[in-house]
Formats: sequence, C-alpha cells, structure tokens
Amino acid sequence: MFKCKTSPEVGGMGHSVKRKEDARFLHGKGKFTDDVKLPGMLHMVIVRSPYAYAKILSINKEKALAIDGVLAVITGEDLAQYNLHWMPTLLSDSQMVLPTDTVMHQSQEVCAVIATDRYIAVDGAEAVDVQYEPMKALVDPYKALDKDAPLLRPDKEGQKDNHIYHWERGERAKTDAAIAAADVVVKERIYLPRIHVASIETCGVVASYDKDTEKMLIYLTSQAPHAIRTILALVAGHVGLSEEKIRIIAPDIGGGFGGKVPVYPGYVIAIAASFLIGKPVKWIEDRSENLVNGFARDYHMDCELAATKDGKIQAFKVSTLADHGYTDSSANPSKYPTGMFSICTGSYDYEHAFAELDAVYTNKAPGGVAYRCSFRVTEAVHAIERMVDKLAAEIGKDPAQLRFENFIKKEQFPYASPLGWSYDSGDYKQTLEKAMDMIGYADYKKEQAEKRAQGKLMGIGICTFTEVVGAGPSKDFDILGIKMFDSAEIRVHPTGKALARFGTKSQGQGHETTYAQILAEELGIPYTDIEIDEGDTDTAPYGLGTYASRSTPTAGAAAAIAARKLRDKGKKIAAHLLEVSEEDIEWEVGKYFVKGAPEKSKTIQDVAFAAYTNFPEGMEPGFEATHYYDPPNLTFPNGAYICVVEVEEETGAIDVKRFVAIDDCGNIINPMIVEGQIHGGLTQGIAPAMYEGIVYDDEGNVLNGTLMDYLVPTAVESPHWETGHTITPSPHHPLGAKGVAESPTVGAPPAIANAIIDALYPLGIKHLDIPITPDKVWDAIQVAKAKA
Amino acid sequence: MAKHKVTMTINGKSVTAEVDSRLLLVHFIRENLDMTGTHIGCDTSSCGACTILIDGKSVKSCTYLTVRADGAEITTIEGIAADGTNHPLQKAFHDQHGLHCGFCTPGMIMRSIDLLKTNPNPTEKEIRWGISGNLCRCTGYNNIVKSVQQAAAEMAKEKEASV
Repeated sequence: MFKCKTSPEVGGMGHSVKRKEDARFLHGKGKFTDDVKLPGMLHMVIVRSPYAYAKILSINKEKALAIDGVLAVITGEDLAQYNLHWMPTLLSDSQMVLPTDTVMHQSQEVCAVIATDRYIAVDGAEAVDVQYEPMKALVDPYKALDKDAPLLRPDKEGQKDNHIYHWERGERAKTDAAIAAADVVVKERIYLPRIHVASIETCGVVASYDKDTEKMLIYLTSQAPHAIRTILALVAGHVGLSEEKIRIIAPDIGGGFGGKVPVYPGYVIAIAASFLIGKPVKWIEDRSENLVNGFARDYHMDCELAATKDGKIQAFKVSTLADHGYTDSSANPSKYPTGMFSICTGSYDYEHAFAELDAVYTNKAPGGVAYRCSFRVTEAVHAIERMVDKLAAEIGKDPAQLRFENFIKKEQFPYASPLGWSYDSGDYKQTLEKAMDMIGYADYKKEQAEKRAQGKLMGIGICTFTEVVGAGPSKDFDILGIKMFDSAEIRVHPTGKALARFGTKSQGQGHETTYAQILAEELGIPYTDIEIDEGDTDTAPYGLGTYASRSTPTAGAAAAIAARKLRDKGKKIAAHLLEVSEEDIEWEVGKYFVKGAPEKSKTIQDVAFAAYTNFPEGMEPGFEATHYYDPPNLTFPNGAYICVVEVEEETGAIDVKRFVAIDDCGNIINPMIVEGQIHGGLTQGIAPAMYEGIVYDDEGNVLNGTLMDYLVPTAVESPHWETGHTITPSPHHPLGAKGVAESPTVGAPPAIANAIIDALYPLGIKHLDIPITPDKVWDAIQVAKAKA
Repeated sequence: MAKHKVTMTINGKSVTAEVDSRLLLVHFIRENLDMTGTHIGCDTSSCGACTILIDGKSVKSCTYLTVRADGAEITTIEGIAADGTNHPLQKAFHDQHGLHCGFCTPGMIMRSIDLLKTNPNPTEKEIRWGISGNLCRCTGYNNIVKSVQQAAAEMAKEKEASV
C-alpha cells in the first residue's frame, strides 16, 4: 500500500484533500465559454443540411439579410475567397468548413448567420433559402466498399473508391496457422456503435479580432488549446493569423471526454467571421448540433480466439471495418491511425496475434472523435473480453478460472505483448481475486445455479482489462509532427507560495488540486499555497493537452521533475544559508538539514526567500523551474470488474444488481478524486453498454439527435458503484502513477455485456452487441425460443 | 416583436424589465441580468442544468417564457446563501466530491433544494428518482447521492436546533 509522506495539512500524494476549485462552481461563479460577454459581441447560428448527401443548388441570403440585426450570412463561397472553406484533419484528411457544392452528412454546416442577438441570428437562419438536390446516401460501411458504390470523395486526388486506409499489426500467417491448428476456435462479429460524449456543456467559441493590434483572442471549449492554436496558425496563417497573434483561452470546461479535442467547423467560421467583421463573435452549439456531429467508436470487428481444449489461449485475430463518416477526423497520434487498438491482446499471455483494420467513408458525420477514450482501447478491450468469455462458455470453464490460467504473471513485467507494447506493471491475479472477494463471487455462482434451476435468468460478467495511456514517447507519438510531451512551469514566490502552470487543461478532473498535491509531495509546500493555472496559451507552457488519460502520466511527471530541479537549486541555497558544503545537506519533505545535525535546518520557504534575497554568489537569482516531460513509455493501468445482473424473461428488462470495480492505476495522488473519476467512467461505461447508440435510417437521418431520445443515464439508470484498488506502481513514472480516468469506460461495457449474455446463455443466446436494451433482449429471447 | 413589461423578485431583489414575448427565462437571467450560474445544457428540458426555483418549486428555465414569470419569486444558485457562506447542499457537494466539471452542479443543487423541501429524509432510491431530471456526465451520481444525504442530515439537525 501507498504510505503518505506528508501531513494532511501539506496534502501531498495519497491524501483525499477536498478540491480547491469547487467554490466557484458551487456558487454559480464558474466561467464557461458561454459566460463570456464582450462589448459589441455578435452571435452566430449555423444553417445545417437536412439531407445526408445532396448537391447545393443555391443559397439565397436576401431574406435573412433583410432582417433588422442580421449583419452577414457566410457561405462556403465567401470562405473560398480566403481559401478557408476546407481544413485539414489531424490525420491528413480534409474536412469542409463550409461547403461550396455538396453536403456529405445530415446536419453538416451549410452557412452561418451573424447577428446582434442570438434570437435574431436564429430568425436569420430560418430565413436563409437553400435549394438542394438530394442524392442517395451511402450509410452502410460494407456497401461503401462495393465496386459500384458512388465515390464519396472525388475531391481527394487519387481517391478511386471509399476506402481510406488499411492498417495491420502482428503476424498474419503465424496467427492464421495457430488458429487453424487449435483445438478450439471461437468467432464473433462484434459491433461497437456510434456514440457521443454529450458533455453537459456543449462546444462553443467566442472569437475577438482586434484590427489595430492584429491579435485574435479566442475563448474556446478546448481540451488542447496549445495544439489548436498551432493548427489555426497553420490553417489561417496565409490570411495573417500568425501564431504569436493568436491567444486561446480555454476557460472552465463543462466536461470534455475527448469531444472538445477536435477543431469543429463552427469554431473556424466564428473565428473567420470575427476576423472579417472586426467584432467579437460568439457561437455556442445547441444540444442537437452537439449530438449529431462527431462520433466515437463505430468499429465492426471480426474476432477469432484460438485455444487448447483446456482453455490455454494460443492466438487472437481481429479484422475491423471502421466507419469514419465522410472524413477521418480521428484525433490520434500520426503513427497510430487506429490509436492503441493493438492493445487488443489484453491481459493474457500468448504468442500469436494479428490485428487489421480498413477504414471507409460513408455519408455520416465525421467519426473517430472520442468518448472518454479516443485511442480505440475501448473497442480493443471489448473484443478480447467478449471473446475470452465466449471461449469460457464454449469449453464450459468458469470465466474467472480461464482468466487466471491465462493472465500475464506479475513476474513477467515488463511484458512484451505480441503486438508490440511493453506493459509496465500489473498484478492481474491479485486484482481479480480482490474483485471476486469483494463481490462474493463464489456465493453468486451458487445463487446463479439455484436460480437457473428455477428457470430464472441471472448472469455474472467479468472484465479484466489492460489499458494503455499517457501518450507518449517522442520516438513514436506526435500529432501533426508535434511530439506528445507535456509541461510544467513552477514559480515559487519569495514568501514561499507558488504558482504552477501546465500545458494540459482540466475539464473536471481536478487539476487545481492534484497538481498542487504533486508539488506539495515534492517540495513540502502546502497544496493550499500553490495556485494552478492552465488553458491560456499566452501564459501556460506548451503542451498537448488533457485527453486519453494523459495528464498525470505526462504533465504530472513534468511537475515532479520540475520540482526536483527546484530542490537541487534549493540544496545549494540551503548549504549557503547553513554555511556547510552541499554534500552535507539532506532533504526531507519541506526542509533541508545538516547531515547528523537535524536541528540545523532551513525550510523550503526559507530557501525560497533566500533565492530572491540572499543567494550564493554567482547563482542565478529566483526560484523557478520548468520541465517538458518526454515519457519513456506509456502507462498500463488495469482492473478487474465484475457485474451481476438479472434479466426478466417476459420483458427483457435488465436489472444490474451489483457492480464491483477494482482498479490498479499505480500510486494514487488523491484517492477521493480517483474514486470520483472511476464512478463517472463507470456510468459512461453502462451508457454504451445498455442505453446509448446513435441510430441512422437508410437515408442517413439521425433518429435520436436530442437528449429526449439519446439516453444519457440518469441517477436511476446508474447503479451504486462499488470500487476498490490494488497498487502496482509504474516503474518508469517519477511518481509511480498511471492514468486512470478512461479505465472504467473501457472496462465496464464488456463486464456488463458478459453478465447479460451469461444470464441469457441457458436460452442459447451466445452474443449480443451493445447497447443491450430490453427490446433487443426480448427479440433475442423470442428468436431463441422459436429455434428451441 | 411585442414587448412586455415584467416585474419579478430574483434572489430577493425586485427586477422590472421590458422583454420580448419569446425571451426564455434562462436567457433573461443569463443575458439581461448577467447571472451566469444558471447553465444551458440542452433545449428540451432534458438535462436540468438550467434548474431554478420559481415560487419555491424547481423549474427548468430553458423552456419557460420570461413573461410567464411576471410576478414570480425566483431563486438562482447565486441566491441560496449569503456571500461568503454556503447552503448545506453547497457544503455537502464540496465535502462529498459531488462535482467534477461543475456545469450541472447549480441545477443539481437547485433541484435538490426542492427535493429536500418536499422530502426532508429521502432514501437513496428517492434521491436517485428525485434528481433523475438532472443529468451529470462526470460523477456517476454516487457522490451526488451522498451529498444530498449529507445535506439532508445537516438540514434536519439545523431544523431541530431552531425549534
């Protein structure tokens, strides 16, 4: 277990101190993007396409412009004059800002109305007359690959069909051979549907261009303000928006989950409008705009898992079709178009694996956006964890026992996975044992046998996942060439209080508390004496931002190392103050003392004061340090989740009776915050497992584009989560910590799916795709009964 | 657009204004009165981020016309405790880590005030159903439930002390 080195007052690692950022939110004083109000600010509303695929015949602005208060209607033709009608995506694809001739998905931006007031802008949008010539939309990704399918992206040079890219990892021939020779092979096509993060705050921007200073000030709902500034400079540099003239402030953010990483066309239009008009322009998405643009998941995975008849796993193969909509807008590292999907071999030790993926265009909104996991770990874990359960059912072995027999052992770390990762640490056996103890696994197995004997449907589902977070080492990880380091800059003031700035950006994770705790741990300055600042590109050091559970693995490590640099400098100052040589000085949290004479000491606050008032001759004054941290490896948090459900045969209703989550994210900075992250992630795990999924009809219409029919779980659907931990520190992270926030979103869906399918197994139901809704269960029961 | 003169009490202060017929109450509060603690998360009364109290009852202000609030007594998150103090629910949300991003929090607290008024000692199930008109995407609700439980206990104690 982790032992706290600091007192609760200092509040270093391991203390569940209350959050420093709470007060403003509790009093209604948070400052979110929509709360920004600038003098003379105009409002923008976007006109969107009712069709999934159509030619634009004409856009008539006249009636809109005739409305008092409507100042402009901006079209693709207008932006084309500045070559701003298209923008690059992060993975070298291209996306329309506004179309000049064709719309590619329902609700795509068609033009934008700028007015003095939001209500008037809505009137203007109603009055714009757009004439379309609808075309037959391509909705099914398998049909998109047909030889006679219409070419959706003729604008792309050399694009002959709707195939975007092929990716593969591992050894195909050896994996195929191992599968062919195996005693047992289980197969399944598993679909993870499109879902949307639906953060309660939608996306938005206030752009304010000052023609005199040529400065563009942008308040933006962004998880990665520095990277976005660079992208804007690259996209709009030719019209004079140079990087040093752009200031992005990401103010308080009402939930991100990856949905606030991309550059959405609306941002660019508002920025262009402010640039052209010279006044501040605000654009805030409404909920439907938010829900139907940009999606996560949408992977169709053909899986094969091979094993001996006793259940020793030998090989895993997965071939995936990825529906990206009309452009690949994935926010993934350049060399990882499928993110970390190759983590799909899971927590198990075997030799052969092969993963391949083909990405296609369809007439849907751009896919590849995140949902509390952007890097495809959710898809990977769902595939392997469903298949392991399927194997257990096939050979009649307890799924926990099968996992124990196949786990990578504690002593095998660092473990080289068949698809190329080096897992840093874990004790999978201990973690699963703890989960089984906590839920009372053996008792539930007995209860299940009794219930089955009575004809009742009860299921127990397990997921033992391995996550991969903290991108990432510069040799492999970059976005648009920018390496995926992150940064911390610490200034300790003469009075011993501090200000620290970071390249990341909290969206509710509690950075103002946890980063202060890291510095308290390293310097002994109470966490309450340390201010944390993020999100302003004019003041914060450059970093790639907060997503993919990377803040603690990267910026958290940067904070620790920057603090250690300060400690080294402090040692010299302490030696000077205590009139001994540097070698005679020792450190314990918060103070330097003379070896063998602990009564002779100087506190960190004494040393900070001396850094400005009484420093050794020749030393650079001041007490500041900066570190840009390039991680040597990713971190591999893991966990064991167990879910117990009962299913009502007559209605298909599913009752989640218990859910236990044991997470191992290495050393913990603030247990209260980690537990809170896990609770939230679990609810975002049950959401796609049982409720959420964007539904399209054959014409490409989204059928559930509001919160009335896209079912975000309420407190009623969300079970009472039970959580716990094992701790195997990361050997390479300076604090022994790992990322955690996405683990529960990754681990919960297969645990729930496995439980429901386990409940239905006696009826002969062997697989269901998520979301597993009562009507889907009911249908499956009717089919199963008809067969029987 | 027809204008209407409305007068209402907001957080104890009387406010009179000329408003458009179609002006939503949430916009009146946020834009005209510059009180931005009441948030907008949807436009279909689904998320509850805009919840306020109208004549003591929790109401979603994103689908409520300003003219309809003429003569009403309104309380927003800014008005539930004197400056520098906390309502028991504000304290409880802090103590129990009942908020992450803080965007749903004002609405969640306003709804909980009404819930505890009508049911001062709710069970966990009653709390979950009681806040089921308010969405939170961050917390998974466990700690919001605990916050409401803590506030209920503290308010009961306060009430006992005042009798």
